[in-house]
Amino acid sequence: MNLMVELMPAGAEIFLLVMVCVILIVDLLLAESNKIYTYSLAMLTLLGCALITVGTHTQGVVYTFHNMFVDDLMSDVLKLFTYIAVGAMLVYSRQYLTVRGLFTGEFMVLALFALLGMNVMISANNFVTLYLGLELLSLSLYAMVALQRDSAVATEAAMKYFILGALASGLLLYGMSMLYGATGSLELGVISAAITHGVPNNALLVFGLVFIVSGLAFKLGVVPFHMWVPDVYHGAPTAMTMMIGSAPKLAAFAFTARILVEGLQPLMKDWSGMLIILAIASMALGNLSAIAQTNLKRMFAYSTISHMGFLLLGFIGGGVEGYGSAMFYAVVYVLMTLGGFGMIMLLSRAGFEADTLNDFKGLNQRSPWLAFMMLLLMFSMAGVPPTVGFYAKFSVLNAVVQTGHTWLAVLAVMFSLIGAFYYLRIVKLMYFDVPQSHEPINLAPDTGLLISINGLGVLALGMMPGMLMYTCAESVKQSLLLH
Amino acid sequence: MIFGLPVISVTIWLPIIFGVLVLATGNDKNAPLARMLALAGGVLGFLVTLPLYTGFDITTSDMQFEEMHSWINRFNIHYHLGVDGISMLFILLNSLFTLIVVLAGWKVIEKRVAQYMAAFLIMSGIVNGVFAALDSVLFYVFWEAMLIPMFIIIGVWGGPNRVYAAMKFFLYTLLGSLLMLVALIYLYNLSGGSFEILDFHDLVIPMQAQILIFIAFFFAFAVKVPMFPVHTWLPDAHVEAPTGGSVVLAAIMLKVGAYGFLRFSLPITPDASHKLAGVMIALSLIAIVYIGLVALKQSDMKKLVAYSSISHMGFVTLGIFIFNTYGVEGALLQMLSHGFVAGALFLCIGVLYDRVHSREISAYGGVANRMPVFAAFFMLFAMANSGLPGTSAFVGEFMVIMGAVKVNFWYAFAAASTLVFGAAYTLWMYKRVIFGAVANHHVAELADITPREKLIFAVLAIFVLGMGVYPLPFGEILHVSVNDLLLHVAHSKLTN
Repeated sequence: MNLMVELMPAGAEIFLLVMVCVILIVDLLLAESNKIYTYSLAMLTLLGCALITVGTHTQGVVYTFHNMFVDDLMSDVLKLFTYIAVGAMLVYSRQYLTVRGLFTGEFMVLALFALLGMNVMISANNFVTLYLGLELLSLSLYAMVALQRDSAVATEAAMKYFILGALASGLLLYGMSMLYGATGSLELGVISAAITHGVPNNALLVFGLVFIVSGLAFKLGVVPFHMWVPDVYHGAPTAMTMMIGSAPKLAAFAFTARILVEGLQPLMKDWSGMLIILAIASMALGNLSAIAQTNLKRMFAYSTISHMGFLLLGFIGGGVEGYGSAMFYAVVYVLMTLGGFGMIMLLSRAGFEADTLNDFKGLNQRSPWLAFMMLLLMFSMAGVPPTVGFYAKFSVLNAVVQTGHTWLAVLAVMFSLIGAFYYLRIVKLMYFDVPQSHEPINLAPDTGLLISINGLGVLALGMMPGMLMYTCAESVKQSLLLH
Repeated sequence: MIFGLPVISVTIWLPIIFGVLVLATGNDKNAPLARMLALAGGVLGFLVTLPLYTGFDITTSDMQFEEMHSWINRFNIHYHLGVDGISMLFILLNSLFTLIVVLAGWKVIEKRVAQYMAAFLIMSGIVNGVFAALDSVLFYVFWEAMLIPMFIIIGVWGGPNRVYAAMKFFLYTLLGSLLMLVALIYLYNLSGGSFEILDFHDLVIPMQAQILIFIAFFFAFAVKVPMFPVHTWLPDAHVEAPTGGSVVLAAIMLKVGAYGFLRFSLPITPDASHKLAGVMIALSLIAIVYIGLVALKQSDMKKLVAYSSISHMGFVTLGIFIFNTYGVEGALLQMLSHGFVAGALFLCIGVLYDRVHSREISAYGGVANRMPVFAAFFMLFAMANSGLPGTSAFVGEFMVIMGAVKVNFWYAFAAASTLVFGAAYTLWMYKRVIFGAVANHHVAELADITPREKLIFAVLAIFVLGMGVYPLPFGEILHVSVNDLLLHVAHSKLTN
């Protein structure tokens, strides 16, 4: 009975782990042409996880496994969104992967392992758990990028990702060890309390903080730790890029929130200064470099850098407003990214990637509906109402202005203006230019439906953003700041 | 109430719904259906705005036809709509022009008809939202959303350099809007958690903050007006836009900027407005005189009318920043009148362009010989554009000049120069295009305007003459609201 109580909060993760192992074995027995069963099992697993996460939700914050693992509202909400993101990724990429011979059991198993890693990160309450989750996620992603063995670009991307990722993990681990040395604990709450009471060696603490922030910055992909982002986004097959670019950002948000807010809140003065620099540099470099790109995936990579910079502004804002807005931003960003990469995959065919800007020329003439969906997604990324991207920016700006950094808000909107240019260029290509090819777009019913839901969802959430905003603020309030 | 629905919401959402329906007709195979649906949307969209006029109470400056629902609780944002004397007429103007634009594009637009009509209908609803929104976030949402259809309209159906113009239009206006957004968020925090525009009117704001807020608003509104020196997007956008786009830009888009000054800048930052009024007046006078001279030199008809618009909008901003009843009422009347006149002139140019496919003045000459009815209408609107008494333009300009005399004679003197320049560039263009011998075989092949075009011009002519001869129905609607606004502006917001 006691064991059950211990296990309950991690029920979804345990179920996920069991199912991944089952899928791994089942997949071995399936013929190449029957991978659709693996796919269905993976989808059912996601559904099961979602049900368990909702079912095991309890009021308040529940710790388990000797405070290594935490189940609170924020983790539950974020996990639900990771299920949605991974599920959407699987649907979008099914056809894309099938024609490239990558629709294999390994892909789905790795995706689910990555999901498990994310969920562990999201629910971690201890440096060890955090690190464990992070590594599980990262290793799965490295392997996913490398899955296309015959592609030199993909292999190169995987190599780069792996080496730089390992370096960042090292930095993070080093910082954690210093904090452990300074405070004598690996548990976030204890570290926070120890710092508040005063530690003998403050220099060690701040030194450790610098390493931690560098490690986080790398995982988020913000300047000057962004070098891997464009190459990996560009080199990896689009399905993998979507996997890297979507759900892990939610985990990265949780990771940052857990470490900086739950663990190192007393050092906020120190880290918020660092984040300001990271945020400004990311928005500047991300937006300016994105303009020069001709490859859409690369452009999205730079746009990700700028978005992550914007997200960090929420952390600088602090409080329910700030962290809540950062979480809202992360969720909205993931929805938009799914749509963006989804569109690239929809337009690609066997032997054709549809990932350059020119491939989007005249889309309105080839398929007005898809062009309209992409238009919504692009305006949302640019932060133009009535799409939800506007409210993401709006709530972050509000948090920033509230802390008195009005200048930072002005700077942020100026960079958004630059950002608007390259999103607008996509709309321009789709609507104002003539198509380069008249190849019919064969849209599978499931992906067609999903892209419509995705595009209209961005619009609908923009009309009625209140609920999601409230959920994010409430999760942060109940989870991060009560202790 | 219309069929149990609140009036303003209907004026906003009915055109948008029709726009979506038109969009749903799909490709050009269904173009006739798309046109009919768009016409129905335009007619209904105009009819539903009429209760605003008939039910309007001219004795109060309070918001009327108010609707208030909570929208985003987390930030205390409301779906709050209402009109007063300042905003009400613009909703009617906008809906009327939407109908006109649908009619004007009836034959001319042949490719992607559904998208064209839908873009205008959707924009019409959004613009009505801009004029009716009383919550600043709601206002902002409409304000920005307006850019999307206009961007598409210019970029898809525009002239050869349309992409450049569309981009410039979007980015210019977005720059201003984003600064305004920061200002609105700042005000939200200052007010202790309200985005209501009317709550902002009562805030106590220190001088330095007022000036910064004023500047942020200035960028947003001045770009839209457009004021010198941020006017450069307008000639490009106008020249490249299709006729309907130019008409909506001139008649409606430019008005939202001036409306913003009246709804936001003046009542929220009155002290900064007073302090910076000198700069604003100087910029307005530069627009009137310098841009008037620039217009004189244009060889492209659309560009000429575009510059003339900037010059006329200079009158509006001048009237606003001299802070007296004549000035502000004159400015509002000038806005309405400019809507009719500039809209009509762009339609006239559109008529010529559709037939000859050139906007160059030198491509024409002797048009009167082939199109006498058209020449008569064009004459009327050209006269109105030069501010002839008896036309609508005279009323507003005269009032602004009267207001300016009260402040400073030289302001009025400089402003009045437009009566000379305006007449010069408009009538000179008119002479070169319409009079003289038939210039070339294109002109020789011209056919006079169709009944559809006659109808459009006749409606506009009635408004131009009617407002010129008997402006009272327009003036009395503005009066109470304008006086209330001026009381607000006279009251310092530095301390209580």
